[in-house]
Amino acid sequence: MRRALLLAMATLALAAPPVFAADTTNPQADFRAFRKYFTERFPKVPLNDFVNGPYSMDAGLRKQWEEIDAFPPYQFAVDKGKQMFDTPFANGKTYADCFPNKGIGIRQNYPYFDSKSGEVITLDVALNQCREANGEKPFDYNKDDMAALTAYMAFTSRGKPFAIEIPDDPRALAAYEKGKEYFYTRRGQLNFSCASCHVQNPGGHLRTEVLAPALGIVAALPIYRSEWGGMGTTSRRLTSCNSQVRAAPLKPEDPSYRDVEYFLSYMSNGLPVSGPGARP
Amino acid sequence: MYARGLIGLAVILSIGSFTNAASAASADDFKAAFAKAEAANKQAGDLKNQWTTTAQQLKAAQAEAAAGDYDVAVTDAQQAEALANASIAQAKEQAAAWKQAVVH
Repeated sequence: MRRALLLAMATLALAAPPVFAADTTNPQADFRAFRKYFTERFPKVPLNDFVNGPYSMDAGLRKQWEEIDAFPPYQFAVDKGKQMFDTPFANGKTYADCFPNKGIGIRQNYPYFDSKSGEVITLDVALNQCREANGEKPFDYNKDDMAALTAYMAFTSRGKPFAIEIPDDPRALAAYEKGKEYFYTRRGQLNFSCASCHVQNPGGHLRTEVLAPALGIVAALPIYRSEWGGMGTTSRRLTSCNSQVRAAPLKPEDPSYRDVEYFLSYMSNGLPVSGPGARP
Repeated sequence: MYARGLIGLAVILSIGSFTNAASAASADDFKAAFAKAEAANKQAGDLKNQWTTTAQQLKAAQAEAAAGDYDVAVTDAQQAEALANASIAQAKEQAAAWKQAVVH
């Protein structure tokens, strides 16, 4: 009788779903759920249009953007970036020597997980690594030269679908999970998470701003922002978001920022690169 | 004459009480309050969850202390400590609560 009871308990234990299932990192399942959430919430928005952020949510804003894009405000940055990209370093080498396909049309593969360093490497970090490897000083991560270089590289990748890989490496999965955690964690005196605006309220307004959906939100970066009166990188966007909710920003390209870019870029897989972009 | 004397006395007393109120807090009180606030804000920093308003309040406290107004400086420092403690509590609560917001 006792053995039968133990057997019954063991059978039940095996049949029950594992209690840790919800805590297991599963990027593919996250990807499916994320996509389903946005496409069901905004059934009239074509999938690839999510990369246009607030313009996919608001017809009036979209009209303004289409007018603005006739003379794109980021064009100066693209031109400057191309010139910089083609100009050799003091040692005679160029950026092209640091990247696959000589750096052309590769934006969609960044960030990636570097198994050597165990870190997420964004395009911005890779560019500064390239500079330092060739004896040049790194650029500021927020704007100006870095924004120009990444604007040019994004421009050469327009239309290419994001193809972010998460290798079978526990460190890569941990970085992805940390990025996801950062994205959903509330912070700052206003107690907002990234998701508060970009998952729970896309299409809504914060004062005069139309909130962009998180799906495809990284595709247009770097961006010319009217609010800034200039170009800004992913780092600038993240530090700006932090400040808006009264959270002290981290250092540009802090591992947490890299991880959240990794998470969001993976969620954008299959969507086209649209950067550089223009935003209000 | 008697009334004028009373008024004068009242004025003297009120000035005296004002002076007492203005010097209720000392430089040491400020230093102690500021150290507590800074320690709490450092703890928030270790959790990568400092608030910009805490830093603003700390800066204001330093400015008031530099101007010699220790009463306001101590109040500012105490407010900074309260903000830092709130940011610590937020970080600890969110360490698990973020999962409830995940899209499933």
